[in-house]
Amino acid sequence: MRLTLTSLLAGLVFGLGLIVSGMANPAKVLGFLDLAGAWDPSLALVMAGAIAVGSIAFAAAGRRTHSLIGAEMKLPSARHIDRRLVLGSTLFGIGWGLAGFCPGPALVALGLGEIKALVFVAAMLMGMGAFEWLEHRKRAAASLSA
Amino acid sequence: MTVGIDWNAFTPWSALAGGVLIGTAAGMLVLLNGRIAGISGVVGGLLRPAHGDIAWRAAFVIGLLAAPIVYALFAAGPALQIDASYAMLVIAGLLVGIGTRYGAGCTSGHGVCGISRLSPRSLVATAVFMAAGFATVLVLRHLLAA
Repeated sequence: MRLTLTSLLAGLVFGLGLIVSGMANPAKVLGFLDLAGAWDPSLALVMAGAIAVGSIAFAAAGRRTHSLIGAEMKLPSARHIDRRLVLGSTLFGIGWGLAGFCPGPALVALGLGEIKALVFVAAMLMGMGAFEWLEHRKRAAASLSA
Repeated sequence: MTVGIDWNAFTPWSALAGGVLIGTAAGMLVLLNGRIAGISGVVGGLLRPAHGDIAWRAAFVIGLLAAPIVYALFAAGPALQIDASYAMLVIAGLLVGIGTRYGAGCTSGHGVCGISRLSPRSLVATAVFMAAGFATVLVLRHLLAA
């Protein structure tokens, strides 16, 4: 229960950060991605502010085996840079540039009742579902041939 | 190609303040829950439900969705500008959904948390999706429109 509440609070603060920073607005995100147009560098400062605070938190978290309230630390351990990482990030970047939405801002815009955000989030969930389906098939095929 | 900064659109202080909130939220989730605040990972995990792993994810998403409601208690709600057509939003959503899952992260998971942890994988992923985003907007706004 405690972990659900802290997660709810973290999601709320994250969403407020997206609104305050202006990043919930796709037009502003596209203003950053449009290097050849009238460039709006704001997104770079959002990242700088987030990473400045995040670095301190992750440095503290990296030395722990359990969180401050006793939860198991689950940090990614993958280190390899492979085709999946690069191809996946390329597809994501193209989709991001097409609409100006990445997952967090799209959910915040959905909370604002934007019908266009609903369409984007529904398609995004279908994309994520397709990934799960393909991975499931791959695992099933691997276990058959094993 | 020359980069010209749009000084009217540039909002350095709110961008930094919002970024600090986002970094704080990521810090809360890792220090309290021991988890990475990567929105695509948090949402994607809901599509592969595992026992004891659903509540915190759902709570985080609810926090994001509720952020505009809480924000509206203190200030006028943000005005969003979503120029993409419905067809474009569907394509963008599918690409973002499948790309973030294959690439194991998005702007928050790789861009904020990963770089805060100095993860080489996340540095590469962020460089790749940023480059793909820049290229997509260049093609859409300048090459195709010309």
